[in-house]
Amino acid sequence: MTPAGKTPDADVEGTQSRAGTLAVEGTGIHKWFGPHHVLDDVSLQVASGEVVVIIGPSGSGKTTLLRCLNHLERIDRGRLLVNGHLIGYRENARGELREDSEAEIARQRREIGFVFQHFNLFPHLTAEQNIALAPVRVRKAPRAQALDEARRLLARVGLDDKRGSFPGQLSGGQRQRVAIARALAMRPRLMLFDEATSALDPEMVGEVLAVMRELASDGMTMIVVSHEMGFARGVADRVVMMDAGRIIEAGPPAQVLDSPAHERTQAFLSKVLH
Amino acid sequence: MTFDWSFLAHLLFHPPGSFVQGAIRTIYLAVIAQALGVALGLLLALWRRSRRLPLRVLAGGYIWLVRGTPLLVQAVIIYDGSSALGLYSFGTLSVGPVSVPGVVQAGIVTLALNEGAYMAEIMRAAIDSVDKGQAEAAASLGLRRRQAMRHVILPQAMRVVIPPLGNEFNNMLKVTSLLSVIGLQELFLAAQDYNSATFRTFEIFLVTAVYYIVMTTAWSLVQAAIERRLQARGGDVVVSVPLRQRLFSGGPGGGPPIGAEQLRGAR
Ligand SMILES: Nc1ncnc2c1ncn2[C@@H]1O[C@H](COP(=O)(O)OP(=O)(O)OP(=O)(O)O)[C@@H](O)[C@H]1O
Ligand SMILES: [Mg+2]
Repeated sequence: MTPAGKTPDADVEGTQSRAGTLAVEGTGIHKWFGPHHVLDDVSLQVASGEVVVIIGPSGSGKTTLLRCLNHLERIDRGRLLVNGHLIGYRENARGELREDSEAEIARQRREIGFVFQHFNLFPHLTAEQNIALAPVRVRKAPRAQALDEARRLLARVGLDDKRGSFPGQLSGGQRQRVAIARALAMRPRLMLFDEATSALDPEMVGEVLAVMRELASDGMTMIVVSHEMGFARGVADRVVMMDAGRIIEAGPPAQVLDSPAHERTQAFLSKVLH
Repeated sequence: MTFDWSFLAHLLFHPPGSFVQGAIRTIYLAVIAQALGVALGLLLALWRRSRRLPLRVLAGGYIWLVRGTPLLVQAVIIYDGSSALGLYSFGTLSVGPVSVPGVVQAGIVTLALNEGAYMAEIMRAAIDSVDKGQAEAAASLGLRRRQAMRHVILPQAMRVVIPPLGNEFNNMLKVTSLLSVIGLQELFLAAQDYNSATFRTFEIFLVTAVYYIVMTTAWSLVQAAIERRLQARGGDVVVSVPLRQRLFSGGPGGGPPIGAEQLRGAR
């Protein structure tokens, strides 16, 4: 499960790596918001099937990193491959990076599921319509088939009785489970979770984490920004600690959470745990 | 001349044909111009939010020009001005059994072009009122920008548009009267013509006012029904407004979160 030693040599185009080995391969990523250096030389490799939990204080760049992974934010420097392809950029013969066409970026995003802190369900569509929209419009699946699939996914997240409900009629935990099902409907190879449970009432956190746990046990590649230490301990293959735009420490949960090497990690953990 | 009750009552309940025809014309002018105005407004709003600079400039310039000039001037330019210059002259147009006089065409064009600019601002504000997370969620699923606009943003924006759109149409019903300046025989000009034959000015225009208020009130009822239905379909976006407030408060129908009233400026 550890990605160490799995670094594939980039081929001639620099956009293909050996299929199925690395879901994410980022090297030397920088990102600025104006003068603010939000990602500072971040390198991250995630093997396919791996579950990585990212922790770190507010403003450390966790969300930004996640958003870069599906090109909701563009990186300013560095190299980022997702599912074996440069994300959002195309490399020309001289090795310069150019932003990809809108169509190509959209195509890459199909394979990357994103779960937002505030769900972002489509309020004018029912639960099953939320889930079926992208398969119908993007993958051009037949409507009936997409709705069938949507119901299967709803059952998988324990909401088979809610298919006709609008988001406004669902609890926070139910909404987030619909949002997870919606992302899964595109059959992504990688799932990104940005504090998927932090907008929820405490009693609803468990139901969402249970869905995420199950997804992990099914072998989904997941990058999860979360402060749920129980989840990190039980599910993560690796915990990554970010601070001020840098990855300051990474390793198995037992190592990072129980005997952190970095004093900022210690300080952060003592705040989160108490 | 003293106030003539029987004249008024007669006019109210047995209006001359020209009156009835004028009123009918007022209604269909308003309906057609509003529909075209909505379509144009949507196009302009999308252009204003386009990633292409020329489209943004074009739409912005158009809205600036139209909103910065009086409708009366626009009507005269479009109908009389264009024909005086030999640019275009509106002639009678026959579509099957229906023949549409040139002045009616010019009237519809004027109102639609004018309304498009106001609708564009309402729609742009409605599009902007949709949470950014919606576009991001759509993008994360692999929808193209156009698809996200069509299937995610616009359906939500349209709910916000409905109440101010209702007010626009209420206004449109009344604004048609300005087209009398180019000689369009709608309700107001019909009243004027009748007045110059009878000189019962007060009674005639009182009845004319009653006609307008019947039309706008009927519309308020329709608008209320539309908004109620929209709300029944699971939307929590549109706030329902009691009919009393709708008729007497003069504010935007559903109190949209976008301040349509400020947007429209003085017309
Ligand atoms: N669109 C933006 N424009 C300008 N600055 C931004 C933008 N988005 C984020 N930032 C800044 O970048 C920094 C990193 O933000 P980010 O949201 O990635 O942090 P985070 O680790 O996710 O924090 P939190 O735990 O609060 O969610 C913060 O200082 C934030 O203010
Ligand atoms: Mg964040």
